[in-house]
Amino acid sequence: MAEKIIYAMYDDDDVLKDGAKKLVAKGVKVSEVFSPFPIHGIDPIIGVQNTRLGIMAFLYAITGTMLATIAMRYFMISDWPMNIGGKPNNTYLDNILAFIPVTFEFTVLCAAHGMALTYFLRNKILPGLPASNPDPRTTDDRFVMEFRMSENSNFTEEELTSLIQTTGYVELDQKEVK
Amino acid sequence: MHKEAAIREPLILGHKTYADITADVCKPIEDKAPKMWYVLFSIALIIGLYGVGCIAYLIGTGIGVWGLNKTIGWAWDITNFVWWVGIGHAGTLISAVLLLFRQKWRMAINRSAEAMTIFAVFMAGIFPMIHMGRIWLAYWVVPLPNQFGSLWVNFNSPLLWDVFAISTYLSVSVVFWYIGLIPDFATLRDRVKRPIPKKMYSILSFGWSGRAKNWNRFEMVSLILAGLATPLVFSVHSIVSFDFATSVIPGWHTTIFPPYFVAGAVFSGFAMVQTLMLVMRKAMRLEAYIHTRHVEYMNIVIMVTGSIVGTAYITELFISWYSGVEYEAYAFINRFSGPYWWAYWSMMTCNVISPQLMWIRPLRRSLLFTFIISIVVNIGMWFERYVIIVSSIHRDYLPSSWSMHYPSHIDLGVYVGTIGLFFVFFLLFARFFPVLPIAELKTILKSSGESYKNAPDTHGHDGHADDNHNTNNH
Repeated sequence: MAEKIIYAMYDDDDVLKDGAKKLVAKGVKVSEVFSPFPIHGIDPIIGVQNTRLGIMAFLYAITGTMLATIAMRYFMISDWPMNIGGKPNNTYLDNILAFIPVTFEFTVLCAAHGMALTYFLRNKILPGLPASNPDPRTTDDRFVMEFRMSENSNFTEEELTSLIQTTGYVELDQKEVK
Repeated sequence: MHKEAAIREPLILGHKTYADITADVCKPIEDKAPKMWYVLFSIALIIGLYGVGCIAYLIGTGIGVWGLNKTIGWAWDITNFVWWVGIGHAGTLISAVLLLFRQKWRMAINRSAEAMTIFAVFMAGIFPMIHMGRIWLAYWVVPLPNQFGSLWVNFNSPLLWDVFAISTYLSVSVVFWYIGLIPDFATLRDRVKRPIPKKMYSILSFGWSGRAKNWNRFEMVSLILAGLATPLVFSVHSIVSFDFATSVIPGWHTTIFPPYFVAGAVFSGFAMVQTLMLVMRKAMRLEAYIHTRHVEYMNIVIMVTGSIVGTAYITELFISWYSGVEYEAYAFINRFSGPYWWAYWSMMTCNVISPQLMWIRPLRRSLLFTFIISIVVNIGMWFERYVIIVSSIHRDYLPSSWSMHYPSHIDLGVYVGTIGLFFVFFLLFARFFPVLPIAELKTILKSSGESYKNAPDTHGHDGHADDNHNTNNH
């Protein structure tokens, strides 16, 4: 089924934000916003949920802590107990102070890389993938709102266009996609 | 909505628009490289290759070609290692710590400071590796199952902590840097016309499209990485200092080392940033983005950390007497009046006196003065490490094994070579990568740009609290 997409382009982030607010109040669904930098405060207006990457970072971090603890306990306590100057090494706890730095570093390592990888995958950005911004200027100084007709079935195309017209856009474009 | 106080100096000078920011940062990449770039690149490359040659000779012959000996087992190599790691502390500090403290001025310098960090840590990493002598066995520092019984690396040793600290720091810094670069590569991808650069930036930009959700994740990832990198920055140089502090060598065995090393690292790192930025802003015509105010902020950091370092020197000296330990006292008397007195007093002059001049406002706002001091500081910080390492061990408990360290030409060649290689990397970075964070700069244009800052507020107020955002767009 072919779908019609309307792109409204703005030359100012605040104009776009005010416009989005106005349109959303009238019941229009803004499907996507493309911008050259984060527009603060746009997410709640167009209904973008806050990311849960923070929770993932925490999970990766405790994974790192556990891995480091398990590995060091195996290396230093059970597999080959190292006797250094007769310091107690019967249990992991006896010697835990020496293990803190590596535990910390490994926790940070796992959290940072795990989160970065998740970030790439969730954003669908990986080396060589094609870009999907509707206009090359959206990485420079233009801001684009995308409206999908399927998500705005309450409006006809004309109604939607006339509503968008009140928001001070600089260019209006539309596209049919399969 | 945030609005900055009118008396606060703008961070972006002139009447810039979003498009101007893009154009200004992309221009040096899109234009042909100036002749000077080729000249500098060739010089750096020749010096770097000479260093590589020295390293090859060293590996082929053995570390006897260095000036160290049985008494002075650590000398130039570890001095250079600590020096480079110290320099490598500014980048992540600027991006991480200053991001957490919401210092917007970091955006003028964070990208190139991070690049500098990564290259400096590369250079640092060379030294412990070649110091091993048999570099092909360097993987022995990694806990791998092996044929020697089940012998593991020693997790009680600060030297092993260092392996983990430096490698974590390097890889996390690269990730932090690259995540910030992706949207800017996308800007370049959408701008450049020639097919090969377009293809390259297209691959480098990972297909970034700048959707609202992408930016939402971007900000969260930056914030969390900053939160992770901040303690990391402090841990790395603390652990480097443990290499010394946990030993029982008079002059090394000191609890003051971790904070003192961290302050020293930030001190030298910022000095290196100053050296590079002052040249770069001029050569790449970025004076509107990196101006006197930024230089002044950095000089204040240099002044504060320099004072911490100076206090640490004097504390060490005092405690060596106050502790009543004669070996400790001798180590310090020998430092300032022994055969290495010149290194000690160079260190004191460069690191204790010169940053104090920054209390004078016209001096810390003078670009020429800053440039000179930034080089003086890095010379001083090199001497600091040399003093700590060589002067503490050259006279050990047995006078019969007292010795002196004279650097060989290979010592010199490897050191100078790493400086050459560092500049090779940095010049390539400045040529092909956006040296300012384009996307991030645009977020502060309306709050800290000169033309917007003092204009009357034309937009309505919006009530959205931006809780986890470090910047704002009004």
